[in-house]
Amino acid sequence: MGVFAWIVKRDLMLALRHRADLFTALFFFIIVVSLFPLGIGPEADTLRLIAPGVVWVAALLASMLALERLFAVDHADGTLEQMLLAPQPVALLVLGKIVAHWLVTGLPLVVVGPVLGLQYDLSADALGVLLISLLLGTPALSLIGAIGAALTLGLRGGGVLVSLLVLPLYIPVLIFGAGAVEAHIAGLGSDSHLYLLGAIGMVALLLAPLATAAALRVSVE
Amino acid sequence: MLQVHQLSCMRGDRRLFADLDLTLAPGELLYVHGHNGSGKTTLLRALCGLVRAEDGYVSWHGQDIAELREDYARDLLYLGHKNGIKGDLTAVENLRVCGVLDGFPLTERAAWDALGRIGLDGHEDLEAKVLSQGQQRRVALARLLVNRAPLWILDEPFVALDVAAVALLQQVIRDHVAGGGLVVLTTHQAVELTEGTVKQLKLGWRD
Repeated sequence: MGVFAWIVKRDLMLALRHRADLFTALFFFIIVVSLFPLGIGPEADTLRLIAPGVVWVAALLASMLALERLFAVDHADGTLEQMLLAPQPVALLVLGKIVAHWLVTGLPLVVVGPVLGLQYDLSADALGVLLISLLLGTPALSLIGAIGAALTLGLRGGGVLVSLLVLPLYIPVLIFGAGAVEAHIAGLGSDSHLYLLGAIGMVALLLAPLATAAALRVSVE
Repeated sequence: MLQVHQLSCMRGDRRLFADLDLTLAPGELLYVHGHNGSGKTTLLRALCGLVRAEDGYVSWHGQDIAELREDYARDLLYLGHKNGIKGDLTAVENLRVCGVLDGFPLTERAAWDALGRIGLDGHEDLEAKVLSQGQQRRVALARLLVNRAPLWILDEPFVALDVAAVALLQQVIRDHVAGGGLVVLTTHQAVELTEGTVKQLKLGWRD
C-alpha cells in the first residue's frame, strides 16, 4: 500500500473515531437548507427559483466550516512536521489528506443535497443535475479550501481569515454549480455548466496540492 | 556527511546564532548544549530544513539540502518536542504510519516487536491518548528501532522517560553511532552517550 493510500486510510480512521466532527458540517448543511422553506413559506414557484442557490451556498459554507480542522490537529501533535520530512512529495501527502477530507465532509453533502432538494419541489431531473453538480463541485471546494487552511495554520482567528481567503475563490464553483441546476430548470441544458465545473475541479486538482504544500512549509516554520 | 556552512538563524528580530560551521561524519555524535532560548531547537529544525536559515546553508554529502529535499528526507529521522503521534490511533497504528512516512514501511508483526522492545508490552493496541507522557514518548522513540535512516536529529529525546528507558535509548543511540550513523541531539539531562566521537556545540555561551 502506497503512502497516499496510508494517509487516506489514517485520516478516515481518525474521522471515524471522532464522529462529532464528522457530523458537524453535515448537520449545518441540513439545517441551513431546511431553514429557507420555513422562513419563506410554501410558495412552490419561489422555492424552485431559489433552490439551486440556497443548496449551493449552504454547501459552500458547510465545507468551509470543516476546513479549520484539516491541518490544525496534525500541526498541534507534530505529525505535520513528520509529513513535511517524509521522503515523498509533500503535495502527494496533502492530496491524500484532501481526498480523505472530501470523503468525510464533501461526499455526505453530495448524497444529502438532492434529498434536501425535495423540500424545494425540484423535479427528479433537476435533482439529478444537482447531484452531479455537487459531485463535480465539492472536490474543488475541498481542494481550494486546503490552500486557505494551510495559509492560516497556527494564526489566531484563523477561522475568520479562512473564510475571507477562501470564499472569493469559491465564487466560480458557486456560479457554475448553481447555474447548472438553474439552466436545467429553464430548459437550457446543464452540460456547459457541468463541463466548466469539471474543468475548475481539474485545475484545482493540479494546482491546489502544490500550493497547499508550499503554504504548509511556510506555516510550520 | 552533514555539513553546516556559515549558518545564521533569527527568531523574530533576535539573532540566535551566526556564521556557524560544523561537520559531522559517519560514526559521530553532535551534542548541542545551551540554555533555554539559545536556539537549539531552531538549529535542529534548520538542519532538517524545516526552518529557513537567514544566511548560510546545510549540505548532506556535499549537496544543499534545499535541493535534495525528498532524497535528504529519506536519510533523515527527526524527532521534535512534539511526539508526532495521533492520540486516536493505537500505538501499533501510530508506529506503522510513522514507518510509512519515514520511508520504512513495517508489518504489523514488526511494529508489535518494536513496541515490546521499547517497553510497551501490553499497551500495543491501546489508543495513544490513554498512555502516559512517558509511554507516548516511547511510542515515538520506537521509530528509532525500526528505522534505517543514517542521520538522526533528536530534540530532547530523554524528556519524560524513566531510568530504564533512558538507559535503553542511550544504548540504541550508541549502537547507531557505532554502526556508522550520525546523531545530532540536545538534552538538559546529564547522560553518558558513547565511547565514540562525541562533538560538543555550545550555543548562547557568554564568558
